[in-house]
Amino acid sequence: MRFSMLPSVLAQMFKKPWTNKFPAKYAPSNTTKYLEDVGAGKAKINPPIETPPDFRGKIVYDKEKCIGCQLCIKVCPCEAIEFKPKEKKIKIYLARCCFCSQCNDICPVKCLSMSDEFLLAEADPYAKELIVE
Amino acid sequence: MSQTQTTKTTYHIPIGPIHPALKEPVYFEFEIAGEKIVDVDVKLGHVHRAVEWASRKRNPIQILYLAERICGICSYCHPAAFTLAVEKIADIEVPERAEYLRVIQGELERITSHLLWAGVAAHEIGFDTVLYLTWQIREKVLDLTEYLTGNRITKGIMMIGGIRRDITKDMLPRIKKDLEYYKECYDKLGKVFLNDKTVKMRSQDAGILTKDEAMKLCAVGPTTRASGVKKDVRVDTSYFAYGDLDIECITPEVLTGEVNGDVYDRIIQRLLEVKQAIELIEDCIDKMPSGDIVAEPKLAKLLNQLKKANGEAIGIHEAPRGEVIHYVKMDGNEAPFTWKVRAPTYNNILPWIPMLKGEQIADIPIVAASTDPCMSCTNRVGIVKDGRKYELTKEQLHKLSIAKTRRLMK
Repeated sequence: MRFSMLPSVLAQMFKKPWTNKFPAKYAPSNTTKYLEDVGAGKAKINPPIETPPDFRGKIVYDKEKCIGCQLCIKVCPCEAIEFKPKEKKIKIYLARCCFCSQCNDICPVKCLSMSDEFLLAEADPYAKELIVE
Repeated sequence: MSQTQTTKTTYHIPIGPIHPALKEPVYFEFEIAGEKIVDVDVKLGHVHRAVEWASRKRNPIQILYLAERICGICSYCHPAAFTLAVEKIADIEVPERAEYLRVIQGELERITSHLLWAGVAAHEIGFDTVLYLTWQIREKVLDLTEYLTGNRITKGIMMIGGIRRDITKDMLPRIKKDLEYYKECYDKLGKVFLNDKTVKMRSQDAGILTKDEAMKLCAVGPTTRASGVKKDVRVDTSYFAYGDLDIECITPEVLTGEVNGDVYDRIIQRLLEVKQAIELIEDCIDKMPSGDIVAEPKLAKLLNQLKKANGEAIGIHEAPRGEVIHYVKMDGNEAPFTWKVRAPTYNNILPWIPMLKGEQIADIPIVAASTDPCMSCTNRVGIVKDGRKYELTKEQLHKLSIAKTRRLMK
């Protein structure tokens, strides 16, 4: 057979593209202006595809519950967690985090959990949004 | 009158050490007469990412994630082989359900890897429509992986003494639905790869690896099986739940009745393995017993247990590319004393020499890709001709390859 792919190729021409146009259907000529418009309610963001169940996103830290046992620091593969000896609490640098959720598993009081948030791009690795404490 | 001397000289083409067709940096020197490859020389030992060294200050649980990052496509095999070694040292018995779940993850990875390879192979011969077809199917497999593990590539599913996520009853309909879809696609893909003239023209009788040479050079995985050597860790040794499953070592004979050891056979081999993997997953889901998924749910306790472990062991797992071996030695400290990794591509590099001899330059991409090294980065070739140096980039090599396909089609 010479053109075994031809039927699939022709069928593909009439299918709707699978790509989800996130965050905007067409690339805006001015991104900052687009974001301002979104903030003012003039433009709308095309929502991203939903995350699967048990998705491992940004870590949520319940500071009150934490007992300062430092077990999470022991298992973190990328040394993203720092101990604050004075308060006996931890500080997580998300720029280093590899989102394995190992700290969630070992925590004896379950003060750590994973959220659905995955939009964590930032120019500065030490930005306020990328540090959980 | 002076006579001009006409002697035939051969050219040398060096490829590497940093080369896109290669997962690990390796250096090639081709000796070329016209278009024919006369001789190939391979030099190894350029890769050093200090992954093994980084393990010296980490405990086994941290190393699981380090091992995952040795290779993006084999992100399950390396932690799997590492855990097998550590479990042997620390004498941890894994619950039966976890063994089955491990097989499911391993086979899912085999499907993704082989589909990715099929796409890359099609791309190398200039048949890009098939690349899009295979990667479309692969996307669905990645979706299922994401559903089962939470991530598409770096799955983070392995745990010493078991596995981190269970497959619950409400997940089964989705898995079965997806497996049906893969089977449908498998038939379609089989037709394209096995009956299409373009694929046959370029792959039949190209890059032949005989059975003798495959055994002599210790080729592993689909590369050696396509040459007729029945070597499969899943069959030869019993680990995970493979001992309880109905698994046979397959060679291209099953489909064609003969073994040639060429690129076409390696395509058939990988397609057959995709089918086998789908069947194994179905088998696992039916046979899976209920019970625990980890031997020691309290990680702090597990860490203490591993701290006391003393001894050495080897963990072997059949990765999509072949046999992956991890050697671990623990001496009663938190971090292991040694950790040595031998990935399957290492064995599959030397078979390139008999494969490439006598082939044309335009065949280098498809023959090199047929052993499934990481093709993502290849392709900068420097040709020295008459003392002048010029380089062939990946795109130019690719164009040469496409031109050969066109030429053959005329």
